[in-house]
Amino acid sequence: MEKEKITTKIWFEEEEPDNPFAAKTSYCSGYDVYGDLLGKVSWSEYMYLLFKLEKPQPWQSTLLETIAIAIANPGPRDLSVRAAMNGGVGGSTAASCLMAALAPGAGKNGGAREVYQVMRLWQQCQFDLPMWQQKLSNYEDEEAVEVWPTSEHSPGFDPYGASCATPVLQTLDHLTTIHPDGALAYLSTNRQALEQAADSPLGMTGVIAAAFTDLGFTDEQAEMLYLLLRLPGAAVHSIEQKKLGWRKYPFFGQGLTLTNDPHPLNSKQPTRNTP
Amino acid sequence: MKGPSTLEHAEDNWQTDIGAAFVGERVVYRGKDLFTELNDISWFKHFIFGITNKMFADNEIKLMEKIWSLTMSYPDPRIWNNRIAALTASANSTGALAVSASTACSEANVYGTKAGFLAIDFIKRALIVVDNNKDLAKFVLDELKENRSIPGFGRPVANSDERIIPLFNEAKKLGLANGPHTKLTFEIEKILYESRYKLRMNAAGINSALIADLGFTTREQYYGIIIAFSSGILPCFIDAANHKEGTFFPLPCGRLNYKGQRNRNW
Repeated sequence: MEKEKITTKIWFEEEEPDNPFAAKTSYCSGYDVYGDLLGKVSWSEYMYLLFKLEKPQPWQSTLLETIAIAIANPGPRDLSVRAAMNGGVGGSTAASCLMAALAPGAGKNGGAREVYQVMRLWQQCQFDLPMWQQKLSNYEDEEAVEVWPTSEHSPGFDPYGASCATPVLQTLDHLTTIHPDGALAYLSTNRQALEQAADSPLGMTGVIAAAFTDLGFTDEQAEMLYLLLRLPGAAVHSIEQKKLGWRKYPFFGQGLTLTNDPHPLNSKQPTRNTP
Repeated sequence: MKGPSTLEHAEDNWQTDIGAAFVGERVVYRGKDLFTELNDISWFKHFIFGITNKMFADNEIKLMEKIWSLTMSYPDPRIWNNRIAALTASANSTGALAVSASTACSEANVYGTKAGFLAIDFIKRALIVVDNNKDLAKFVLDELKENRSIPGFGRPVANSDERIIPLFNEAKKLGLANGPHTKLTFEIEKILYESRYKLRMNAAGINSALIADLGFTTREQYYGIIIAFSSGILPCFIDAANHKEGTFFPLPCGRLNYKGQRNRNW
């Protein structure tokens, strides 16, 4: 009976003559990774190759690298980074800190699922402004029944923003200079009309989804890349807080109000920074 | 624009009725004192109370336990979520990472949490159809044509589902096998099996109907089964951890069936 195999278009290996479980050569979409690519290609070129199975144009690898820098660290107030730091302060394993970052970082509020949703909107609306305005002014999830919670805002826009945040604008402007003819350029031109329809300023997820659209990534590829490329910030902040320890990390000791405490008068409130 | 006022109001201000730990003193759990009001109930009843804010009767809790123990999770490391745990052990990694990753992956389309979520939604919609005196067979077959599947019916890998009869017998013993969703799910199976699609009910179908008859909402049922897979996941981790590292179904290079580009130079 023929042995079951893993079918792949991405990876091929030739075995070492003395060990069938060790690869002598590894090919990524036909390129010898250790014999040819190493030392020749940049990280962003290799990422592009892995996802698209083709060599990128120079503008494509530059755009991908710039995206990677823009979103590498959402900062320690971001929900995903905060989750990772909770792992760090408690002394959790490294993997659990990154897994912690992935859970909120996956969400429809500023996370990878929001990028997925905007990718879907690009597929549906393309450069049709009335369609964009209609979808954004009354955004509805594509699936009525799904494990994801119902969306609470138009994807790609910041539901709590007062105006488009400076880093979002700087990222949009810079990415548009790299690729001035496509979704990013369209977003730059029509930003205010779209913000009006969404009743919120443009968010980072909206910018990055436009950039991934220009790179020709699928919605699923964009979702994965957004998860992946935001992990560096989670990693370094969790390590930093691990070293600093839980005493220097907010516990929100006075921040919680229990609205149905059966014995409120008998209680001392928990003190700040005491778990 | 709505602006940041919602966040300003929420800063250091989390209003909740779920509970709190008054460390060194007491714990409040959904408005009850954990040590004096919830000290005498089983872990499972406690867990379901945490999800639903309802205290279910003992026979209802027993039925939920049976659903978990008989239908949700087998210690077979070939099943995809369990296999993650076995691979994690074979890589000499930790049990918590294995269980977390395996549990997260149990939220799958072809089995697991998503399948259960869709199944309870379907059976609830089907009961509304019947209650409104509409044509059940048309509803079922239209749903099948539109989505090319019916949640709670049909199964990858096998045609029949060995879990249904043992669970249904337990439900009968507990006096909980005659609810409207449960009766309906067998009617739907008859429609689907007699159609050209020849689909049988699967465990998600019977589980969802029984749970719906206990009064669970779709979301509550989803929350309830998220960690139900752990009884298969952990034994698979432990088994692989007790084997020599790296020996869980190792793959030589020849086990890749490459379909991509020919060799080329950058």
